[in-house]
Amino acid sequence: MSTQKSQRQWGDYLQAALPKIVVAPTFITTLIFIYGFILWNAWLSFTKSRLLPKYDWAGLIQYERLFANERWWVAAQNLLIFGSLFIGICLLIGILLAILLDQRIRAEGALRTIYLYPMALSFIVTGTAWKWILNPGLGLERLMHEWGFEQFTFNWLVDSEMAIYTVVIAGVWQSSGFVMALFLAGLRGIDDSIIKAAQVDGAGLPRIYRSIIIPSLRPVFFSAIIILSHIAIKSFDLVMALTGGGPGYATDLPATFMYSFAFTRGQLGMGAASAMMMLGAVAAIVVPYLYSELRSTRRG
Amino acid sequence: MKKIWGTAKPTLLITLLLLVAPLRVVAGEVEVLHWWTSGGEAKSVAVLKQLLEKAGHKWKDMAVAGGGGESAMTVLKSRVVSGDAPTAAQIKGPTIQEWGDEGALTNLDAVAKAGNWENLLPKVVSDVMKYNGHYVAVPVNVHRVNWMWANPAVFKKAGAKIPTNWQEFAIAAEKIKQAGLIPVAHGGQPWQDATTFESIVLGIGGADFYRKAFVDLDSKALNSPTMVQSFEVLRTVQQYTDKDAPGRDWNLATAMVIKGEAGMQFMGDWAKGEFTAAGKKPGKDYICMPAPGTAGAFTFNIDSFAMFKVKDKSAKVAQNDLARIIMEPEFQEVFNLNKGSIPARLGMSMAKFDDCAKESSADFVSSSKTGQLVPSMAHGMSTFSSIQGAIYDTVTAFFNSDMSAKDAAAKLDKAVQGAK
Amino acid sequence: MVNQGQSSIFSRLAVYGALSLAALYFLTPLFVMLLTSLKTLEDIRSGSLVSWPEEITFEAWQMAWTSACIGVDCGGLKGYFWNSISMVVPAVVISTMIGAINGYVLTQWRFRGSDVFFALLLIGCFIPFQVVLLPMARTLGFLGLAGSIPGLILVHTVYGLAFTTLFFRNFYIAVPDELVKAARIDGAGFFTIFWRILLPISGPIIVVSVIWQFTQIWNDFLFGVVYSAGDKQPITVALNNLVNTSTGIKRYNVDMAAAIIAALPTLFVYFVAGKYFVRGLTAGSVKG
Repeated sequence: MSTQKSQRQWGDYLQAALPKIVVAPTFITTLIFIYGFILWNAWLSFTKSRLLPKYDWAGLIQYERLFANERWWVAAQNLLIFGSLFIGICLLIGILLAILLDQRIRAEGALRTIYLYPMALSFIVTGTAWKWILNPGLGLERLMHEWGFEQFTFNWLVDSEMAIYTVVIAGVWQSSGFVMALFLAGLRGIDDSIIKAAQVDGAGLPRIYRSIIIPSLRPVFFSAIIILSHIAIKSFDLVMALTGGGPGYATDLPATFMYSFAFTRGQLGMGAASAMMMLGAVAAIVVPYLYSELRSTRRG
Repeated sequence: MKKIWGTAKPTLLITLLLLVAPLRVVAGEVEVLHWWTSGGEAKSVAVLKQLLEKAGHKWKDMAVAGGGGESAMTVLKSRVVSGDAPTAAQIKGPTIQEWGDEGALTNLDAVAKAGNWENLLPKVVSDVMKYNGHYVAVPVNVHRVNWMWANPAVFKKAGAKIPTNWQEFAIAAEKIKQAGLIPVAHGGQPWQDATTFESIVLGIGGADFYRKAFVDLDSKALNSPTMVQSFEVLRTVQQYTDKDAPGRDWNLATAMVIKGEAGMQFMGDWAKGEFTAAGKKPGKDYICMPAPGTAGAFTFNIDSFAMFKVKDKSAKVAQNDLARIIMEPEFQEVFNLNKGSIPARLGMSMAKFDDCAKESSADFVSSSKTGQLVPSMAHGMSTFSSIQGAIYDTVTAFFNSDMSAKDAAAKLDKAVQGAK
Repeated sequence: MVNQGQSSIFSRLAVYGALSLAALYFLTPLFVMLLTSLKTLEDIRSGSLVSWPEEITFEAWQMAWTSACIGVDCGGLKGYFWNSISMVVPAVVISTMIGAINGYVLTQWRFRGSDVFFALLLIGCFIPFQVVLLPMARTLGFLGLAGSIPGLILVHTVYGLAFTTLFFRNFYIAVPDELVKAARIDGAGFFTIFWRILLPISGPIIVVSVIWQFTQIWNDFLFGVVYSAGDKQPITVALNNLVNTSTGIKRYNVDMAAAIIAALPTLFVYFVAGKYFVRGLTAGSVKG
């Protein structure tokens, strides 16, 4: 009798603990492979590690070096320019295409696939093609000249001031289709009756979009911004394949900066410090956003 | 009939030997990390592979292409950290010392002694290959970096003279430009900017100044009027490049000289492989000359394989065989014929080499006597990679902006001191 | 869907015009790649970016597949294709399965701290992968998985979990509570509910998760180059080596053909399953 009871209790305990047991592996791997590694990296940023990790405390020297490095500030500024333009334009094009595609378009399936396919390709694959197209001597500029537009110039790729914008062009090309898909999905999920009611009230189409539809897509904005900012911060292949960071280091981003210092140049400590700055930026921008969004959805 | 037998017998014998050979020796596996994937380089590595397989070992290729081995270095680091170092890796210059400091390299003294390396290698070369007095790496070649590759047809068309100093360069470049051609074929990548720059510094300041600046990293040399002047010349060179230069690979720039679109290129002797592959003859279709103002001087770039500690006994045998084969004349000759460089070991016949390589070989010996033999900064022979990187950053920033030469020299000094 | 009664022909034309213009922008790079891969080298040199090939040839494709040089070995991309497949398939399956069950717990079996766990996981998405290269190498060496395909599977699974969990959590949050509650009252256990109630409706989101993971892992270069050894390299690494391997002349047509070959599986997945992708997103994954 008593053994049976304790067995049942055991079973209950197990049932109650099961959800936790099931997520435990993910929890542990997250702790080790993400947060543990971040801590490890933080430690390295306070050491004089060069080629390989060393663990002797050296204070803030790597951060001092980092802040004195002009290239770092170029990279940081580039991330700001690239990140804001990339996210902004992707959202704009994404919403626009989604709204247009939602107008009962004949070839919707085909167009959607065309917009979406760049997401399937890595820049290792498309980098060469982009380099050709953007190179004034080989691509668009030459083509325009051959077609008789002699005055046409498009030399952003080789201009240190403008090269970062070519990175935006290629980045938007890859990701805006995905954003379009997110918004299209969001639009399809909106209850028709609300819109019909508004139309009955005499509201025009632009107004319906502006004051009813777009505000109701807030969760889509959330997903899109999270995904886009994650792509922006991690952008690495994109720069490597398109400009290699050049001309000079004009298109360096923190991710490429960190890679080149930590791995190519044997300044692991300074690379680690730059990575900590990146993580700090993520924490400062993304975490509050995440927090407020998660809170509001929980309440609603 | 008899004759056929005569030739067939030895081949048969060799085949038999080859079949038996792997059974006799301890067969091991070498894994070689390298980034020699283009043109003559890939051919050269293939030769090494064949020779090693002939010795009965297995070659596991670990090619990681891209740039000056940036990805390869990343791969190497994580391999060493994970406790799974490759047998050998393409590492050169002071970086060998850095890896020695990490305690990752193996001792090759036994092989070196058996092969009499001490007497076969020039001292500048063997110094680089040793860590704490022990051999840890094997040299495969010596590149000369301060070359200028010129297309005589272009110069003739423009009525210009091939320059021997930087004043003449400006005049010749202007004439070529007037003739509607591109004076300087250049690839706007940091290492190419630096390659051109180091030739200018050597030409303007001379070997002693070069050494003070790029080896001793002396503030007084780095931020000096001579350095300012060198930057000014670099600006002149930059103004004679075409606008599509940024990001261009060096071999595409070489192709511009080959095709007669551009007059000259400042590049190490690996560029010769491109001319050879295009069927061009030195002295006739193209001219190899020391970069302006650097005749008699020699910036060397020695490629080498550093050997890592391996656990397996058979792998160690294979590793030693690899080191031995690399130093043998057979490999040194074939490899360097393909790659455009000269053998690292002394006393080899240069008969099969072309005139450019012969000149290079003679200058290598003579410059070492006159004190004009200097390590290449742009190719990581003169400093640790961190300082090399700092110099790259300043030079390339200058090249790609309208920074003044004076600011550039000051920045160069600051960047170098900051990276120490 | 928005109903528009009084759409004039003019505004329809504007809509189609804008959509076509966008299509042009999206198609250009692929078009250039495809065109170049079908040209001869001579054709490439003389023609321009978008000029039509003098004669269409599949030589470059054949070469890229079977005989292009990748470092010292001249065997084309053939062998590397399988490496990628045998890495991608297990990694996608495992990470999707774990993501599904995580999402299930995070929505239907919430416990104290489950939101914190989710937030931790989500922030984890943002970690730049360069940061983890060395410690991960150490870990793989410790586990004896360095330079092997199982090692790569582990890495991709670990760093894919945040996304798959996010997808499934956002999908399952839309499942009415009553459904699960009723099943619980009936005495159904943890796994029974998952199997019988949630999994059968999960089709659309599984498609999303699989597509996402498949493309991410297939296209990865950084982990592939660092954690693989010799002939176990995934196809992106081989492609990079191939593009950088030139013997004398640069064969742009072969480079382009190789690039398209390396991208075929992901393209295929998008073309075939793209429809379900948007449908899957509609089904709930975008509802924060």
